[in-house]
Amino acid sequence: MELTSSPPAHRPVSPAAHVNWLTRLSVSDWLFAIAVVFGAGIAYVRCSQFMDGYDIGILFIHAPLIIALGWAWRPFRLFVVAVAVLALFSIWLYQGDLARAEQAFFLKYLISSQTAITWMSVFLFTATGAYWLGFATRSDSAERTGSSMAWIATVMGATGLLVRWYESYLAGPDIAHIPISNLYEAFILFSLVTALLYLFYEGRYNTRKLGAFVLPVICAAVIFMLWYSITREAYQVQPLNPALQSYWKKIHVPSNFIGYGGFAIAAMVGIAYLFVSRGKFTNRLPELRVLEDVMYKAIAIGFAFFTIATIFGALWGAEAWGSYWQWDPKETCALIVWVNYAIWLHMRLTRNLRGEMLAWWAIAGLFVSTFAFLGVNLFLTGRHSYGAL
Amino acid sequence: MQHSAPRASFLDDLVELLSSMRFAISLLTILAIASLIGTVVQQEQPANAYLQQFGQFWDPIFSRLGLYAVYSSSWFIAILAFLVLSTTLCIIRQFTPMVREIRGFREHAREASLRHFAHRASFEPTLPPEERSGAATAYLARTGFRFRVNDHADSTLIAAKKGSLGRIGYFLAHGSIVLICLGGLLDSNLLLSVQIHLYGKVPAPGELTIGEIPPSARLEPSRWSFRGNIYIPEGTTASQAVINADNGVLLQPLPFKIELKRFHVDHYENGAPKRYASDVVITDNESGEVFERTLEVNKPFEHRGITLYQSGFDNDGSMLNFTAHGMTSCAHAAFPLEGKVGRRIPLFDKQSERIKIPPPCNQVLENYLAGYSLEFTDFRPINVENVGAPDSEGNHPGASFLGSGARPASNEKLRNLGPFYTYILRDPAGQAREFNNYMNPIQIDGLQYLLSGVRTSRMENVSWLRIPLDDEGSADTWFAIQQSFFDPARQAALIKRFISHSTDKDEKKTLEAAAKLLLTQFAQGGMKAVESSISEMKIPEDKREEANIFFVQVLQKLVWDAWMMVREAAGKGKLEPDDAYAPFVRDTFIALDSSIRYGAPFYLQLTNYEQRQATILQATRSPGKSLVYLGSLLLSLGVFAMLFIRERRLFVLFKKDEALVAMSSDRKTIDLDETFARHRDGLAAALGASAPQD
Repeated sequence: MELTSSPPAHRPVSPAAHVNWLTRLSVSDWLFAIAVVFGAGIAYVRCSQFMDGYDIGILFIHAPLIIALGWAWRPFRLFVVAVAVLALFSIWLYQGDLARAEQAFFLKYLISSQTAITWMSVFLFTATGAYWLGFATRSDSAERTGSSMAWIATVMGATGLLVRWYESYLAGPDIAHIPISNLYEAFILFSLVTALLYLFYEGRYNTRKLGAFVLPVICAAVIFMLWYSITREAYQVQPLNPALQSYWKKIHVPSNFIGYGGFAIAAMVGIAYLFVSRGKFTNRLPELRVLEDVMYKAIAIGFAFFTIATIFGALWGAEAWGSYWQWDPKETCALIVWVNYAIWLHMRLTRNLRGEMLAWWAIAGLFVSTFAFLGVNLFLTGRHSYGAL
Repeated sequence: MQHSAPRASFLDDLVELLSSMRFAISLLTILAIASLIGTVVQQEQPANAYLQQFGQFWDPIFSRLGLYAVYSSSWFIAILAFLVLSTTLCIIRQFTPMVREIRGFREHAREASLRHFAHRASFEPTLPPEERSGAATAYLARTGFRFRVNDHADSTLIAAKKGSLGRIGYFLAHGSIVLICLGGLLDSNLLLSVQIHLYGKVPAPGELTIGEIPPSARLEPSRWSFRGNIYIPEGTTASQAVINADNGVLLQPLPFKIELKRFHVDHYENGAPKRYASDVVITDNESGEVFERTLEVNKPFEHRGITLYQSGFDNDGSMLNFTAHGMTSCAHAAFPLEGKVGRRIPLFDKQSERIKIPPPCNQVLENYLAGYSLEFTDFRPINVENVGAPDSEGNHPGASFLGSGARPASNEKLRNLGPFYTYILRDPAGQAREFNNYMNPIQIDGLQYLLSGVRTSRMENVSWLRIPLDDEGSADTWFAIQQSFFDPARQAALIKRFISHSTDKDEKKTLEAAAKLLLTQFAQGGMKAVESSISEMKIPEDKREEANIFFVQVLQKLVWDAWMMVREAAGKGKLEPDDAYAPFVRDTFIALDSSIRYGAPFYLQLTNYEQRQATILQATRSPGKSLVYLGSLLLSLGVFAMLFIRERRLFVLFKKDEALVAMSSDRKTIDLDETFARHRDGLAAALGASAPQD
């Protein structure tokens, strides 16, 4: 195997530096960590009266998680800082009055929740266009533009969700809740998580060529979200029904969407794989081994998070309905998705199956996951019908 | 898994098959397909629903296949059992080789095999031979490897590795599947069936009250899993859970008593439910310990292995006070009536002293209703409904898409319509009519109505009687008009008044005849009877519409006159005809028409109520839960360990003038290339070698 064929994706590290990862950290890493800890402290001091023990626990677990992510994946630091600055700016502009969303210029046109989410959608579409242009003309600068747009979209999306959270408190402390509770919010989360996950792989494999394939699936989600929210006014913050008032939700939903995000990326990379393996676009797409690797990594991370999401869901179900598993349609579909990717991983890891078969499978997996995510809510009844259409 | 010992016997073959991944994957595939069937075919529905859905041919086949209760069918449990068996055998078979992998360093690897590694490089160390080994092991230790050094006469092999924990992940992930399945089995319905057979229990029909259930349907106190409902009205105590089984119920005694002090429903500002909570007092049977708790959704309480959950509520036992407005020809027949939700009262049998109807109307009603009974089936004090119409004025909802997401929706108007109550009037033959009423007037297109919906079966849509309110906001005017309109004794006066508007003698005659005929027909069957009489008359097809309109006009004029008579009788002044009264006359007329099909001689207007609620708790004992939770924890750890801890084996072989570096891993991913390149360069630097070559 030729070692030079894949350039090391991250910056070269001197062997000695590898010894002690602490010494690898730069000043900016430390500043970032201090800022996160400081932010968590402020959040605790300012908002602890709105939080119960679990919320406070989750807050303090998040600080080291964000720091670790930022240290391991440097662009994430800028993302966190940008989101924090924008969200805080928005909150400051609100001055505790929802009506300011119509009056303050920046709120109205930039960073009130709905506006920010609209900007996220716009930037995701632009990013897709740029990636396509890059794909068509093999222009690196177009792909760079796409990448920047995608980053801006994730910043706007995350800001939108955080501001929405704050706005829900302005609407009334008893209505207030984390905005991952209905189908509309879930779609924003999906777009955000999938885009971030993709950007991670983009950096990790040092190739922007996959954007043209991965971004469309996010755009499809955004289109559905816009249609859904405009026809049903689903973007309104609604009070939570008692079953949804649970701390499990706060970890169940995001883990699930890391899972779905991973599966979606794997499927889109699977399409790219099929093209390349048939000799199409070979000079516009990464080589097969890279595609295969991304596909595996995306499914691995998706599977791991989907596993814990399903477990969190079972724990939540036990608490809300008295049974951790009752073969509800949503639970059963989660099992089907889980089994599907469990077999995929067995095939890949134990059987060492490679090639088109796995790519087709990953693509089919997206349909299975989409059905579990959306189809159950559309076509079947069950206890998990919060996102009913 | 692929490499197996030579096949010795049938048993070995069987074990080989069962523990093979092929078999496990086939099982998982079947499991997924079975689950899919269980999702698509709604489970545990009433038998006739399936018969309707699938027809006479397929229904018995599907039923026999267990498709209506997939997850408790024997074949489904068998799949799970085989999955457990297969996974267990797989773990057992993998145990020894895996442990060897985890513990071993492969320090006896041969040079020839190292030279076949995909990741290998060799270089010439500049360090003196005696320092090489030390420098290499120092580097390995620094980079987190564990290692063994194997010295030979002419060569030294350092075998190093890290990330072996990933292989422990294999045991965790697969062992956890076994644990989860076993735990799930302990909590499944299977054990309930075993218990039923073991103790010869027979589920009792569901209609019985707790006291009526025979001992054959009462389970023994046990440590087995169960899942049942407990129904407790406020102020009462329960000590049994009701388990649904095989189209009947079983009683499970609880080791404690639960008294419901109070049940609350809190609402959000827009009326949506915010919190369901039961204030209960739990008294342990054995120790007499007392716990006061508030059970809420998502906040269960556990005692003696039994967990209590807030699952539902009911308004049974609420006291309702009505004014019954007679809808017969008898004037002023309004009388009080009392009811209790969930109860049934016989009407006008000899013993019934409760209902006092003022004479002279008592005779009419009592004759009509002898042998009837009244059941109060539902009462809900708060009913929030969306009364907003979809945006019809061209206001594009998208216009408000931007901005804050926390404003109220533009086309949504949630309003509490107030108490809603349902009662069933059953005739002596058992035929039932269900009435669904709102206590408060409902506004429709700016006008106020009392609403009462009727249907004769649950399958039907409700047809609404909309009683218009008069300018004083009262329905009494309508009831008075209704009574006089259909009273044969007052018909003559009504017709006389009606024809007095005309001055022409002949016309008076015609009008009188028409009014008489219309009133009789209308009283018999409403507008439908009038219309069918038109079709019987010898009126040309194209004139029928005209005739119809004419008759409606006559009837509405009669309504107007009846209204005026009612006003005069009540000492209110006469009104001059005006367009402003047209809606009231129209609505009164429509309501008169509907009242003919109403099918009850009175309208029950709720005047007062005393809400008494009951909570529905769910009680479960799941002895398998701890196994499942442990399994889940191990599964999470195992999956993360397997997927994200990468095993790396690094070999450094020193020959006379050569250092050979080779690397292997159980996962062939791209980062292996990078990791190898890093360690190759690192080792080269540590050994003072120049640029390495393959």
